[in-house]
Amino acid sequence: MLLIQCPACGVEAEETEFAAGGEAHIVRPGPGCTDAEWASYLFDRKNPRGVHYERWRHAFGCGKWFHMARHTHTLEVFGVYAADVLDPPQEIKDRIAERTAP
Amino acid sequence: MSDLDLSLARAALDVTPPPGLGAQVEAIASRGMVAIRGDLTDAGFVAALQAATGCAVPEIRQSTQAGDTRVLWMSTDEVMVFCEWGAAPGIVEAFMEKAGDTHVLALDVSDARAVFRVSGEKAWRVLAKGAPVDLAPGQFGTGEIRRTRIATVAAGIVKTGDDEFEVFCFRSLAAYLWNWLCVGAGAESLSDL
Repeated sequence: MLLIQCPACGVEAEETEFAAGGEAHIVRPGPGCTDAEWASYLFDRKNPRGVHYERWRHAFGCGKWFHMARHTHTLEVFGVYAADVLDPPQEIKDRIAERTAP
Repeated sequence: MSDLDLSLARAALDVTPPPGLGAQVEAIASRGMVAIRGDLTDAGFVAALQAATGCAVPEIRQSTQAGDTRVLWMSTDEVMVFCEWGAAPGIVEAFMEKAGDTHVLALDVSDARAVFRVSGEKAWRVLAKGAPVDLAPGQFGTGEIRRTRIATVAAGIVKTGDDEFEVFCFRSLAAYLWNWLCVGAGAESLSDL
């Protein structure tokens, strides 16, 4: 069970109030890409055992999309951040580095 | 229209929880509702909402009230007006007129949702059975709103008084939620609380 804090409305709730939206930060290939690149964009998804960046939606709450970094094995949530960014913010990266340091 | 749907909801479960158990459930058959979207911090939005409803823009996850009209914070860019049945079209008109060129949307959605009142000292316990929210006194204040789920359906919970909540959901789910609330407020459910 994940405890998630929605960055839009500030509610901290368990995961049943949210909907997972799949892997985050996927880059759409430009015009003229190969079929293989396009197929990869459509279908290939990471499934790491470890740190994972995902899109989530506060489906039963305020309805907003956001990003979340979590650990797929320990289920630790490293943090949430805005939906309209291309990369995780530095504070999230720092926290992940701190928490996953050997 | 709303009366018809809610009478169907009532008929779906014959047993309304008897009073005296610590929680009562009733359907609010006629409630006007207006959905308003826009930039909640925009001066034009604030002024238009004040003019149309008499209410200020609520703080995050809170509601404001003026007489029979209540404005609920729904999202970062949406509020919902609860008003008397029939007052919704007037509020839409007044809001849009006052908003002028401000980029906003107001819509009479009075028929879109059903509203129930759950009251009594054990009311919060009834809702807590199905919602992942800490509704205990002291944790969830009067005037606070929380959009969440109850059992399996999306719902909103507003605390309107010390031991009183209003619960709203889409009207297509009204029968389900009514039944759920009636079971939750019934003797078998409350006896162990």
